[in-house]
Amino acid sequence: MDINKYQTIVKKNTPKENRVGNLLISFFVGGILGALANFIIESYKYIFHISTKEASGHMLVTFIFITCLLTGLGVFDDLVKKGKMGLIIPITGFAHSMQSSILDYKKEGLVYGFGSNIFKLAGSVILYGVVSAYTFGLIRFLIFGG
Amino acid sequence: MTEKLSNVYVEETALVAGPLEKEGPLKEYFDKTYDDYNLKESLELSEVQMNKDVLDIILKKTNQEEKDIDLIVAGDLLNQLCATSYAIKDLNRPYLGVFSACATSMESVIIASKMIDKEKEQKRAICLTSSHNLTSEKQFRNPTEYGYTKPKTATFTSTGAAAIMLTNKKTNIKVTSYTIGTIEDLNQKDVNNMGAVMAPAAADTIFKHLTNLKITPDYYDLILTGDLGIYGKEILKDYMKQNYNITLNNYNDCGAMLYDMNRQKEITAGGSGPVCSCLVNYGYIYNMLKEKNIKKVLLVTTGALFSPTFLFQKQSILSIAHAVSLEAGK
Repeated sequence: MDINKYQTIVKKNTPKENRVGNLLISFFVGGILGALANFIIESYKYIFHISTKEASGHMLVTFIFITCLLTGLGVFDDLVKKGKMGLIIPITGFAHSMQSSILDYKKEGLVYGFGSNIFKLAGSVILYGVVSAYTFGLIRFLIFGG
Repeated sequence: MTEKLSNVYVEETALVAGPLEKEGPLKEYFDKTYDDYNLKESLELSEVQMNKDVLDIILKKTNQEEKDIDLIVAGDLLNQLCATSYAIKDLNRPYLGVFSACATSMESVIIASKMIDKEKEQKRAICLTSSHNLTSEKQFRNPTEYGYTKPKTATFTSTGAAAIMLTNKKTNIKVTSYTIGTIEDLNQKDVNNMGAVMAPAAADTIFKHLTNLKITPDYYDLILTGDLGIYGKEILKDYMKQNYNITLNNYNDCGAMLYDMNRQKEITAGGSGPVCSCLVNYGYIYNMLKEKNIKKVLLVTTGALFSPTFLFQKQSILSIAHAVSLEAGK
């Protein structure tokens, strides 16, 4: 059978994904996470008498810790199924990808196991994160002079 | 290639299944079920353990000893078929490892049947198949604890191990014929829609089987595909109609039967994996044949020969299907 003709059969029998629904869920979950982050920053500033910059770092560490703990307890993947990309795009998703790789490869040992595999998913985020930071930094420097 | 077999029978089957399979509608047909995916210190060793358990069960059920087994034909999804070879290493029996992804079970039945068919003395062969949801996730997809949302067409790798003992001494259920499938490629590249990848292979094998034996689909009481899932099943029916002008009425898919699709939402489109078809065929279907509720059944297992490396190099996913027919004796 012709490939295009087959593709129409496949398309006919493929259910529609609820993209708008998923988008709204992600938007609200991501938004709530952002609001929570701001609340944590303000609280840290108030409690520890530190600057916003320092409090932001502390907030990120807090989120990373909570995510890793929940991943280790086997809860976070279920939360992602409910919260969708709202939990994957922020730092929580990054921490989750590293923690889940560690859990998977811990039996293969410290070096060949999680040493080699910890960045299995997060590697591309780091690489292209650094590349884009460098590129946009350069553009900013050339146009606005730093 | 289609051929009739003259002297191959099913002596016994044995099944072990994982936690989600246990919650499905076919629970009563499993000999042993597990509440956890971790049975041993690692996931891979857990799959090995399931294979060991199912071998113990089938030997116990048939009152046979290890030395009575003349041949083991087996396979699984893990690289180098390790889940199988580590499980049978202490048995010290002749072994052939086979791989056709989710079509492994029927490939092993075909090879074993052919080996014992013309033998004069009584011979026994065991065909063993297993898959484990988490070892497959780890090997083919993302880390097991990594959460991501799956599209509705994605299938869920079943957990369990299955064994079938074939013999050339008469029993109530006969292995009557088989068809070896060819590799099909209709340029499918969506790993989350394996039903669409495998449906052409299943259709082709069914068509060749029917034409070579000069029979119609109605000859069988039931035609079962392996793991196309609820959407792949509809694709197969449409494709059969349009490409071969054959309407399948007495047809179902094991992947859609193994779980309660209304209650078990995490399964999305249905079960998959080599053991998925076995958990239905060797349990529910085998019992229906034994009790003569159905007389003739065609089992078509479908395999997506999927490699992440080839897919990332922009190659399409190939598929294959093998068919075996079973008949209940008079």
